[in-house]
Parts: sequence; structure tokens; C-alpha cells
Amino acid sequence: MSEYLDILLTVGLWSSALRIATPLVFGTLGALICERAGVLNLGIEGIMTFGAMIGWLTVFFGADLWTGVMVAALCGMAFGLLHSGLAVVLGLSQHVAGLGITLFASSISYYIFRLAVPVQGTPPTVEPFQPWPVPGLSDIPFLGPTLFTQTPLTYLAIVLVLVVAWTMNRTPLGLAIRMTGENPHAAEAQGLDPILIRIGAVCAGSAMMAVGGAYLTLAAFSSFFPTMVQGRGWVCIALVVFSMWRPMRALLGAMLFALFDAYQLRLQTVAGKAVPYQLFLMLPYILSIVALVAMSRRARVPRALMKPYRRGER
Amino acid sequence: MKNRLYLPRRTFLKGTAAAAGTTLFAPSVLRAQTKLTVAGLHSSPVENAWNSRLHQAMVDAAEAGAIDYVFSEGVSATDYGRAAREYCEQGVDLIVGEAYAVEQEIREIAADYPDVAFLMGSSGQPSGDNFGVFGTWNHEGAYLAGMLAAPMSESGVFGSVGAIPIPEVNMLINGFREGVNSVRPDSEHLIGFIGTFFDPPKAREAGLAQIDAGADILFGERIGTADAAKERGIKAIGSLIDYTPRYPETVFANAMWYFDPLLAAAVEDKLAGNPTGKNYTPFCLMIHGGNDILFSADMVPADAIGPMEEVRAAIKAGTFEVPIDFSEPT
Repeated sequence: MSEYLDILLTVGLWSSALRIATPLVFGTLGALICERAGVLNLGIEGIMTFGAMIGWLTVFFGADLWTGVMVAALCGMAFGLLHSGLAVVLGLSQHVAGLGITLFASSISYYIFRLAVPVQGTPPTVEPFQPWPVPGLSDIPFLGPTLFTQTPLTYLAIVLVLVVAWTMNRTPLGLAIRMTGENPHAAEAQGLDPILIRIGAVCAGSAMMAVGGAYLTLAAFSSFFPTMVQGRGWVCIALVVFSMWRPMRALLGAMLFALFDAYQLRLQTVAGKAVPYQLFLMLPYILSIVALVAMSRRARVPRALMKPYRRGER
Repeated sequence: MKNRLYLPRRTFLKGTAAAAGTTLFAPSVLRAQTKLTVAGLHSSPVENAWNSRLHQAMVDAAEAGAIDYVFSEGVSATDYGRAAREYCEQGVDLIVGEAYAVEQEIREIAADYPDVAFLMGSSGQPSGDNFGVFGTWNHEGAYLAGMLAAPMSESGVFGSVGAIPIPEVNMLINGFREGVNSVRPDSEHLIGFIGTFFDPPKAREAGLAQIDAGADILFGERIGTADAAKERGIKAIGSLIDYTPRYPETVFANAMWYFDPLLAAAVEDKLAGNPTGKNYTPFCLMIHGGNDILFSADMVPADAIGPMEEVRAAIKAGTFEVPIDFSEPT
């Protein structure tokens, strides 16, 4: 029994959890911003796939890694613009538009990948982000090798959480976004433009989703596979509910999910001989559902979520 | 003004009828084919390790002039039947692909087109005269890779990362394990399954978890495992394809799988007019050239190569059989 607990104290586990959490943090933050403005963005899975593809492809064609991340963010924005065109400007069903974006973005990722990269034995590689120990901080026992010896994108994710939390709670812009998600009519009465705010939020959120995808091909791995996002986008949608639409809790939720995942991978190495491995694979999902049930009882959904805003309509 | 080749309809019909009549009543030897058109129907991109083996074998055969090859990739399970029927309607002779997600539907299609041969990766049995199946067996290569790996570990702990414990994956990991144990009976094995076929970042995390637990040699059934080994500076073994060019300092051996003998056998059967509704899996065996080990001699201890080559020769001569164990490794 003690070996189960011993794992919890290992550097490897926490370091792994941070790596697994990084794309989830980007994705959850992105979905959260969209939803705080009142728009459900189910395009996330496809946008992450596209971000993974275009970020990787940019680097493959000779650009540096950060340019790859930027291009992924810009392309994510473009998909955000498409989604907001459908779901915000035209006021179409957010579910249908979002799923449509996922199908479209996944397929076109594959298409572009195939046009750009000739068929070959194994997918070509790029030199991905390497762990970058933060000077000074990486020598702290335990925290150093876990939190402060990660790839730059992981630091970016954590900083982004703080920035989004601060923006949402402490700035007029955050107030405007929240108001648009709660009551766009009231926002308009204040002289704000709910349509514009929603478009902006969806574009910013989609950019983050795409960066989350780019993490998979530029840091977690070094090649692109069309199916490699593997449902991480859908996990993010659930994590937004878990986080009760709060950025700091989003980080917590993503870490918790990733911790369970990293834990099960390690449990397989010690307890795999007695317990079926499938039980461990289920673990992160089961625990997430339990946590969701417990947390979402108190959740306050943005009241105008999934309600299209049409000017002058009561 | 352009010249157009103009054929009056009446002449065309007469001509077609005459041609059809001649062919119908001509002795069958006149219609015997010498070159088949083979369609590859891949549910993944052809870069996927497993599909790349099929694809490469068919490309090679086409370049050698043995077949004509056409292919579709990334065909989803919901689209697979339609694509198969289209190839049948186009008149291809042999369809090579994977039945795993469409076992029932693809068999029904095969029954609808008895003139088209099917050679499908499948966990099921062959059906009818034209639906042949094959498994992916490269356990002999894995066994030999295990023999090479055994003396290379300092800790005596060996990690294996697999997708899902289906019989073919199990026998491969068990083959590697048996190979290690044949040289080093006291070795310890860590087994990890990632629960999916396409998640390289997760395979990498599984590999890192095993390294954290003491493993210093990784057997990667899945791509991504060797990334963990590379990151931590230990050695790894690849499966199906040659991973050494991708990880030159890390992957010292690969349990290769070759689809060529399976393709050749099916093509031969089809050309000879034999039923192709049979199990082609035995052609995966090393004795037929269906799997083998590929290793970098400069990365392994010199005295490990000799005994391994002896066993390799014995397998090829048919005097040694690598045990086939489908049970889930624990």
C-alpha cells in the first residue's frame, strides 16, 4: 500500500502531471473565455488539431518554435472568427456551428498536412521545445525539478491563467466580457457592443485552444498525427464546468485531471500485476466525473450562455 | 477548329457487342491476367507505422511491375464500406486493408463482389472464397531484440509500452519478454498500456513513468515510447518499422514486420484462380520473411550478437519456435 502513496511524493509524477495538464490549461482557458462571453465553442477539438498541425508545419518549414506558436494562435483566431460569424453574427445554433468547425478544422488539417508533407515511412520530426530550468528557482528542492524545469509553453500556460484571472476579475474589459455572458442587453445599455465583445472573446479563446494543440506537436512530441488530440478538447469543455467558469479553478481542474492520468501511468508499473490496467485508465475520467458532480452543484452558469444576441430583440 | 474523333452510335454499339461476344466465348486462357490492380484502403494516414508497412510493400510491388497500386488513406470506419464498394465497382482485383472496425460490413461487401479478393488485417476468421485475413506477427523479431537487450540493462528492469492488450500486441510484448528472459531469467518487466492507438505524447509519458520506476531499456510497441528513452538517455527498441533513423542514438534494434510475403501469397492465389478466403497470417513468420530483427551492431555488446544470430538462424531453419502467447502480459 505504501508504494501507492510513495508515488505521490515523486518528482516524476508531478512533473508529468504538469506536462499532461499544459494543453488542457490552454484549451480550458480558451473555452472559458468564450463561455464567459456567452458562446459555447465546440470547435475546440478541431481548433486544437489545426493548431497542432499548423504550428508544427511552420517549424517544419524552417521557422523557429515561437513563430510556430504564433502562427497557431493566429490560425486559431481565424477559426474563432468563423465560429463567431456563424454563432454570434448570424446567431445560429452554437452546438451545430461548433461541431461543424471541429469537423472542418480536423479535416482541413489532414488535407493541408498531406499536401505539404509527401507520403513517407514515418512522420517527419522537428526539434521540439526542451525543458528550460528557471535560473535560481530550479534549484529549490522538489518544486525546482517539477514546476521550474518545464518547457516554456508550460510557463506560458501558467502565466496565462494569472493574466486571464486578473483580466476577468479586475479590469473593465473583464467586466464587459462577463456582463455580455450574463446579460448582453444590460451590456448594450451601458454603451458596449455585445456582438463585438463576443467576437473578440471567441477569437482570443480560439487562439489559446490552438496554442494548446501546438503544445502537443512542438513540446510533448515532435511530429503531427491527424488524430493526436485524442479528445483533449472535450475534456477541456468538461473542465470549464468543473472550474465553475473561473480561471484559477480551471488550472486546478486541469492539474487534477492530469495528476490522475500521470498517477495511473505509474500505478500500472507497480500494481499492474494485481489489478486490471483498464481500471487505472478509467481512473482520471471517473474521478473527474465525481469531482464534476460535486463541484457543479454550486456552479453558476453564465446566464446568456448559448443564447444568441440579436440587437433590439427582447 | 479541332478535329474530333467521331464514332456514330450505331457503329459503336455494333463494335461493343462484337467485342463482348468475342470475349465471352473466347477460351478463358485469353482472359487470364498477368498483373493485378491492388487497392490499399487505409483507415489511418499511411505514415502510421502499421499502415506504412502495407503501403510500402504495395508501392515496392508496383515499382517492380508486379501490380498496379491505388490507395485511399484516412478512410473513417463510417466511410470504409463505401470506399471498398467503389473500388469493387472500379474493377480492382484485390483490396488490402483493415477490417478491425468494420468486421461485419466488409464481409458482406466481399460476399457481394465474389470476383474481388480481400486481404484484411482482422481479428476474425476468413469468410467465403474471397475474404482473406491476416494478423500482425513480429514476435520473433521482438524475441531476438529481447536477447540483445538483456545484457544491456544495468537495473535488470525492462519496460514495454503498448496500445491496448489485444492478442497481437500481447504476443509481441510477451515475445520480447521471453527473449529477455532466455538470456536473463531474473529480469523484471514493467508493462504499460495507454488505452489508445494514436497518442504519442501519452506513450511518451508512459515510457517516462517506467523509467521513473527503474526501467533502463524500453520496448516501444507504440511511437512516442522512444522519445521518453531519448529524453532520459537510455536505449529503446522499436516495433514494425525501423525507428533507428528517427532516434539514431536511442533505438538500437527493431522488431521489423514485412507485409511483402503476405501480399505476394495473396496475389499469387488470385492470379492462379485459387480461393483467397484464407488466413495469411503464417506468412508473417520469419521463415517466410514476414518479420525479422534489424539492429545497429555498434550499439549492442558484441558478445550478445552471436547467440542471437544462432537463434535467428534456428528460427529461419525451422528448428526453433518462438512461443506464441496471446495472454495479457502483467
